[in-house]
Amino acid sequence: MSFINYSSREINCKIVYYGPGLCGKTTNLNYVYQKTNPDNRGKMISLATETERTLFFDFLPLALGSIRGFKVRFHLYTVPGQVFYDASRKLILRGADGVVFVADSQVDRLEANVESLENLRQNLAEHGSDLDKIPFNIQYNKRDLPDIASVEEMNGLLNPRGVPVVEACAHTGEGVFDTLKDIAKQVIMELKKKENT
Amino acid sequence: MGSQNFITAQVLERVEEELRGFRQAAKARVAFLIDGNGQLLGQAGDATKVDTTAIAALTASNMAASKAIAELVGEEKFGGVLHEGEDEHLHLSVVGGIAILVVLFDAETSIGLVRLRVKNTTKNLEALLIQGAEEGVSEEEDLSPFAEITEDDIDQLFL
Repeated sequence: MSFINYSSREINCKIVYYGPGLCGKTTNLNYVYQKTNPDNRGKMISLATETERTLFFDFLPLALGSIRGFKVRFHLYTVPGQVFYDASRKLILRGADGVVFVADSQVDRLEANVESLENLRQNLAEHGSDLDKIPFNIQYNKRDLPDIASVEEMNGLLNPRGVPVVEACAHTGEGVFDTLKDIAKQVIMELKKKENT
Repeated sequence: MGSQNFITAQVLERVEEELRGFRQAAKARVAFLIDGNGQLLGQAGDATKVDTTAIAALTASNMAASKAIAELVGEEKFGGVLHEGEDEHLHLSVVGGIAILVVLFDAETSIGLVRLRVKNTTKNLEALLIQGAEEGVSEEEDLSPFAEITEDDIDQLFL
């Protein structure tokens, strides 16, 4: 849920990166962290296991600039992708203004993508949110690897609603900022919609 | 835990006044109030050496996890959480299911005094937040930029 501080004239929004284990959620945040001017970002926090798998979440606060006198900040979170961390995923999803689903393009991960997307839908529903109604996009990651599914095939499985899709290779950074920019735009336009209703 | 999606300058002033009074009475180093989503609502004390954004995100998640654990063992919630360090300690307490009071303290005080003062302050803060939510945002203050925002404005953020 976005938060407006009228005293400091700041707007904070929460974006959650979701997806199956090892799909590249943390890699997305690492790239954003590395490529953002240190003045515009806070400390990146990663709560990970000894083997660098996300245990609870990663957190990166970003200050993007001002819109009409209000400083706009985004708090980016990732969830742990491994199936048995579902309780943690539910906690982190709470209050999300927008969700990025990072899908692993490798053919042998298609089923994991479908399961994770269904899990996202269920967990949002438990918070009273509907995946079909919130700002949402999908990143098809790992497009540089061999043995990947076509965009058409992935759209058929993961994107019947036709939400914005970004092809990416998060470890080189390709598509990372396009994904972030798209979800940020959707989140802000959603706030505008609410303001006008 | 619920949370509210705005704080006005007037409510912030009242909240920070309460936090300043608490900090002095409890002899704590820093006290701050965050909402259930990890947004900083107000603070008192010298927080220049503390990354309040990161602490807010972590403590909100910590409290959410504590509540989930409490439910698993048949409790509605755990009242307060204490993190004890060598020199610095952190006490977290729920403010009426709306927010979290975070208190950073050292050897200048004791956990007993902090807990004692936390009791009253959490009640006062809860009342202030409820009152603030009821008052809402005044017309003069409600200069939200969203109504007139354009896609160009958003594109500017990423230049």
